[in-house]
Amino acid sequence: MAKIHVTTKINGEPIEFLCDPSETMLDALRNELGLTGSKEGCGSGDCGACSITLDDRLVCSCLMLAAEAEGKEINTIEGMAEGENLHPLQEKFLEEAALQCGICTPGMLVAAKALLDQNPNPTETEVRFWLAGNLCRCTGYDKIIRAVLDTAAEMREAAQ
Amino acid sequence: MSESENKWIGKNTIRPDGADKVTGRAAFAADANMPGMIWGKVLRSPHAHAVIKGIDTSKAEALPGVKAVVTATDIIDFPVDTPVPLGIQDMRWMTRNVMAREKALFHGHPIAAVAAMSEAIAAEACKLIEVDYEVLPHAIEIDDALADDAPILHDFIEFDGKPSNIAGTLEHTKGDVEAGFAEADVIIERDFTTRPVHQGYIEPHACLVSVAPDDKTTIWSSSQGQFMVRAMTALLTGIPQSSIRAIPAEIGGGFGGKTIVYLETLATILAKKSGLPVKMVMTREEVMRASGPTSGSKSTVKIGAKKDGTITAAEGFYWLQAGGLPGSPIRGAAGCALAPYDIPNGHTFGYDVVCNRSKVAVYRAPGAPIGAFGVECVLDELAEELGMDPLDLRLKNAAKEGTKAVHGPTYPVMGYAESLEAAKVHDHYKAPLGPNQGRGVASGFWFNAGGESSAQVNITEDGNVVVTTGHPDIGGSRAGIANICAELLGIDYRRVSVLIGDTATVGFSNLTGGSRVLFASSMVVTESTNNVIGTLCELAAKIWDIDPEAVTWENGEARPAGANAGQFPPLTLEELAARANETGGPIGAGSQLNTAGAEGGFGTHICDVEVDQELGIVRVLRYTVLQDVGRAVHPAYVEGQMQGGAVQAIGWALNEEYVYDKDGRVDNPGFLDYRMPVASDMPMIDTYIIEIPNPKHPQGVRGVGEVPLVPGLAAVRNAIYDALGIRFNSLPMSPPVILDARNRKEAAE
Ligand code: FES
Ligand code: FES
Repeated sequence: MAKIHVTTKINGEPIEFLCDPSETMLDALRNELGLTGSKEGCGSGDCGACSITLDDRLVCSCLMLAAEAEGKEINTIEGMAEGENLHPLQEKFLEEAALQCGICTPGMLVAAKALLDQNPNPTETEVRFWLAGNLCRCTGYDKIIRAVLDTAAEMREAAQ
Repeated sequence: MSESENKWIGKNTIRPDGADKVTGRAAFAADANMPGMIWGKVLRSPHAHAVIKGIDTSKAEALPGVKAVVTATDIIDFPVDTPVPLGIQDMRWMTRNVMAREKALFHGHPIAAVAAMSEAIAAEACKLIEVDYEVLPHAIEIDDALADDAPILHDFIEFDGKPSNIAGTLEHTKGDVEAGFAEADVIIERDFTTRPVHQGYIEPHACLVSVAPDDKTTIWSSSQGQFMVRAMTALLTGIPQSSIRAIPAEIGGGFGGKTIVYLETLATILAKKSGLPVKMVMTREEVMRASGPTSGSKSTVKIGAKKDGTITAAEGFYWLQAGGLPGSPIRGAAGCALAPYDIPNGHTFGYDVVCNRSKVAVYRAPGAPIGAFGVECVLDELAEELGMDPLDLRLKNAAKEGTKAVHGPTYPVMGYAESLEAAKVHDHYKAPLGPNQGRGVASGFWFNAGGESSAQVNITEDGNVVVTTGHPDIGGSRAGIANICAELLGIDYRRVSVLIGDTATVGFSNLTGGSRVLFASSMVVTESTNNVIGTLCELAAKIWDIDPEAVTWENGEARPAGANAGQFPPLTLEELAARANETGGPIGAGSQLNTAGAEGGFGTHICDVEVDQELGIVRVLRYTVLQDVGRAVHPAYVEGQMQGGAVQAIGWALNEEYVYDKDGRVDNPGFLDYRMPVASDMPMIDTYIIEIPNPKHPQGVRGVGEVPLVPGLAAVRNAIYDALGIRFNSLPMSPPVILDARNRKEAAE
């Protein structure tokens, strides 16, 4: 099967890669591009461990074909920190112990950032429903939800 | 050590692996690759129960791109008549679980595996393998397996002198239950069932294995014990342990489910046959069909008490599904069920029942939630019958220091009663409830565990610290270790790196399991660190030319003490490390112990629910976990264990179950239909940490992680009773079940 040539932007950098027509974006990230921060928990859109943004929209990369990245902008967990400065969500997850095993963490962070980018002042219920597609089996969600709410509050304060 | 003297123990420090975990750098099992690597895939049984009469792999082997095929004949057999125990497992069953031998025992049981240039080719080759099955009738549920005409899974298993699916029993007895029940004013006896539930770790099983021509084997996998991976792989392949280096990847959740091997053995044999590194990753569907879960159960629990609430006797019979091969957690069910109580006459009995489901694996306090469910439900009813507050009934009978438990031990100081007392005065217990709302309480116990652990503490040349332990860190244990080592050395915790060694770089360490990791590893780290401090004092003594006994270690530096006090300026860790070469050489110490003194853990939960009368949906409104943790070395991760365990219990109580079709196949092998709690289902989970230090541990640590799953099933169920007036004795209490019961109640009224 002929490979497809894809030209895209990942975490701000122009990238070209080859993929099979049936290859998912998640497999392309992990296997072709060495970006293993996005995880596969289910491969069926049910766990959110593979969350990325596609032109700023939150998507499950396991449900997206790699070829669909053509001409688009993709952001992954690897692009979240700026140089050595962690994003405030990353800082807060560490400060408040919002991870145990950490396998859900990249997807949680990408999803939470997508929420705060469009809604800097979410309620607890809004955070819980936004993150309902990101499974975590370790934490019971408590510390994750608190970390997102606390980050949002701090970012609002800093923006003033 | 009092709280005020502690600089790091009891503080919420940043975990050593934190930055890696929030940036996507942390390497989990499926994240590793090797040059020249090929992919392995497993062919799984399409039948729940079948004799394997023949396997023809020739067509698969002929497919271009296929490099190796493995079947059961490539794996070392352990004949069924001679036990080969390894920890709580038996290699007779392990060899038959990693690959079906005489029979396929469940839908999804591995039959063969292929390694090929790509995953797609390996999958294609699996389809070309021809298997001659003789399909047999299957038994999925306990009653199917115990029926007179039940299909017998294993002809070598006998019970009561007859072929049977009962593979084993376990019994605990104290006093005389008949006499005890005769003394009772009230006796309540009820039957219960619980469903098998999966551990539900988000990271599927995965491994990458390379075998050199001299059999030197490197295994990269995520497990709850790299030494378990080494031992089981050695036993199943014949490669000596010394030739196997098992490297622990970061582990994406385990909850007990990663305490055995599934893929590592197959990948090792495929790598050996092909001469190429082999990577294998399970799909979620494979995880759900063929790994875990914990047992489904049925039980009968009977408790008798006097009018004042004093329990005179208690009895529990438990039947637990083992899956296709023996080994359900009857010890946890029969052992933990009555453990929180001081009961003069007690009797518990467990039956291990094989059936055509995937072989169960350990799940957080294995068996204990099943044991506690019936007991805590009957106590709730008993309290109502006696007109007592359910916490008061438990307090009246609470085990305490000196109580002899029905399962054997006599308890040292511990904090069960304290968890009940704290619950009684907690705001949550007094908060008002609205219509359709109810409140339930329940308690639970887990044994906890000690066992083998090793650690090495090294001082770097620039005066910092590297600690290596042998336990995969599943929930933040590295942070606890850093706190303890920094506390002892009197330095900033950020100067302590904590690593998990592979099987070649650190001494033997038993599994991450049983809530033993922080308990056991802090003992070896404490011993090693204290030895390092001894060395540092000796080096300072040499520099000062005084007696080593005349040197003390305080606040990260050596100080002359006694008669020499103040005579020399103190020497810091950095200064001593810099002069190590002239004073004696490298500074480091290792410790290897078979730790003891873990002592059990107790907790109590309070749960509020609201039942939607139209939809049958139960919403948990408020939840509080109260537990004696001995000493919270890193409180935030202790809370995290309490919260995570409680939410797993809520999922088990309300929604999680496998749905089987009439052919014995799992119908819901994915996260869409196997419904684990999601963020929008849950409230915040309040925690109340009680610290009654374990006298047998240098920092007072008790295990924490498993207790919080144990009380939850009954706490939710008792809350639903309070809301609806219906006692559910079967799990899960999912919307259709709730609606059905509610409609029947309405019709009857
Ligand atoms: S892996 Fe994409 S949603 Fe689970
Ligand atoms: S931290 Fe383990 S799954 Fe979320």
